[in-house]
Amino acid sequence: MKKEENIIEVKDVSIKLGNEWVHKDLSLSIKKGEIIAIVGGSGSGKTTLLREILMLQPPDSGSIRVFNEEVTTANYQTLLSVQKRLGVLFQQNALFSSLTLLENTSFPLKEHTHLDSKTIKELAALKILLSGLPVNAISKYPSELSGGMQKRAALSRAIVLDPELLFLDEPTAGLDPVSAGGLDELIVNLQSTMGLTVVIVTHDLDTLWTVTDRVAFLGEGKVLCVDKMSELIKNPHPLIQKFFKGSRGRTAESIYH
Amino acid sequence: MDVRLFVEFDRENRRLVCRGEWNLHNFNVIRKQLHKISWPTTGELWVDGRQLVNMDSSGAWLIDKHIKKLHEKNITIHFENFPEETAKLIGIIEKRIVPSNEIPQLKKLNWLGQIGRQNISQIIDFWEYLGFIGLLFIEFIRGIFVPKHWRFQSLVNVVDNTGYRALPIIGLLSFMIGVVIAYQMGNQLRNYGAGVFIVNLLGLSVLREFGPLLTAIMVAGRTGSSYTAELGIMKINQEIDALNTMGVTPAELLLIPRIIGLVIALPLLTMWADVFGILGGMLMTENMLGISFYDFIQRFQHEIPVRSLLIGLGKAPVFALIIASIGCFQGMQVKSNAESLGRLTTRSVVLAIFFIIVADALFSIIFSRLNL
Repeated sequence: MKKEENIIEVKDVSIKLGNEWVHKDLSLSIKKGEIIAIVGGSGSGKTTLLREILMLQPPDSGSIRVFNEEVTTANYQTLLSVQKRLGVLFQQNALFSSLTLLENTSFPLKEHTHLDSKTIKELAALKILLSGLPVNAISKYPSELSGGMQKRAALSRAIVLDPELLFLDEPTAGLDPVSAGGLDELIVNLQSTMGLTVVIVTHDLDTLWTVTDRVAFLGEGKVLCVDKMSELIKNPHPLIQKFFKGSRGRTAESIYH
Repeated sequence: MDVRLFVEFDRENRRLVCRGEWNLHNFNVIRKQLHKISWPTTGELWVDGRQLVNMDSSGAWLIDKHIKKLHEKNITIHFENFPEETAKLIGIIEKRIVPSNEIPQLKKLNWLGQIGRQNISQIIDFWEYLGFIGLLFIEFIRGIFVPKHWRFQSLVNVVDNTGYRALPIIGLLSFMIGVVIAYQMGNQLRNYGAGVFIVNLLGLSVLREFGPLLTAIMVAGRTGSSYTAELGIMKINQEIDALNTMGVTPAELLLIPRIIGLVIALPLLTMWADVFGILGGMLMTENMLGISFYDFIQRFQHEIPVRSLLIGLGKAPVFALIIASIGCFQGMQVKSNAESLGRLTTRSVVLAIFFIIVADALFSIIFSRLNL
């Protein structure tokens, strides 16, 4: 059972986009049941790392294991079985614009389960309410929803299959503080009740301080440090210091630390 | 003991024992087993979760639904030995169950309503199209006196994209059409020993009809659709809004150069198509009827009036206006979803081709009245 503890195991991954090495021998392991954030300056390859783990962008070399399955060389069947166990909230929400919210959320259920349509509808509606949306939003199209509501809608689709692993790419970006705070709370809530492992890519200092168990700092193509937030800010690496010791970083630190 | 047994009901002690993995995967089995239980009608009931391996939200939903039903019969339920998280989950979900008849539905119109809505939306579309043309006209007049607002760069780009880059495909297509027409007509004419008249037939039909019409249809598919798609994506990306806030109207920067560019490019393409159509016909004639290139050209210049060429070329700007204005209009109509972009792109091509043929028929009627 020792092996099961690491739900994701990224080892010596390198990838070149254009003429630049985005990752060079990057390694990171993520434990089961934790909320881990991936941070770093703009262009440090956070989203690329997420895309690699999701096999949207195969790395040039290295190994990535998700649920103890090597995904870089996995065949279609294995990949599908891994994909059924994870949910993703994309940066731009990626809701299907031609489907209503209910249809969006019930889509994975229709594809991957053998439930009758009434149950699918009710389960999807449950997830929509769980993500904090009102009942009357259910029959609306994504373009009729506000930014924050779209985020919640996308989250409801990500959790509809009760995944063990949830990826959130910039969940609070572009949200007002109330919505962002609500979303943070929701993430913690979901994690504790459903026993999820959550991987968050974010810039949001409030999210980093309040939500995460550990934070992985990306820079120079590697993971520079993985630690609790309160420990991470003590790391002497210049990139980390620059990131957290700006005026915003210090303000957030003084509040939460 | 059956491993697949997820619930067990002890009637004596009024105990419901949940065991195993209550997740989406086992959902149907668990539900069936829950249905089989003959529930008590009164009194109290204990639900035991000690043997539960795990429970996800679908499992919690299932148990909550049944408990709700029991509550309605005034049965008191006690949860026992549930792990803390699961109990919390059950509590959270209990408050958020929506029965399927309370889920708001999209309103669907009956067939009569749908026909009505379709008609109304067509009329509205037409009104908006007229408005769009008016807007373009005003913008055009406004810009024409201010040389600073002439967008030569965009104009040249449009001519390059819609004209120059279309040369190979238009040339090849017209050449083959010329071959086909010469073959079909040549066959008939040969039977009457009138092979030499192929020159007249080919010349007139290509210059007056096939050249302009086929070029316009090709360009409608090639350029009209790209106008709609480009403008539609810009609309979705809010690029159009951005232009508006910067004091540059989209009409000036995007629409008018596209329309004028196509009005310049399409007659040129038509000329090109004429040349290749005749060449194709000439080649086939030589092959089939043995009329040499020299004889063909000799007869061509005597028999085919310049008027035919000019009539053909004269239609091209009108076709260009139809293609460009419909393409741009549909592009600007795109709402922020992927489906509307696809629908409007299709619509732009279909409408453009439709109106090209309508316009061509009108031209035929007018020319026949004028004896041209």
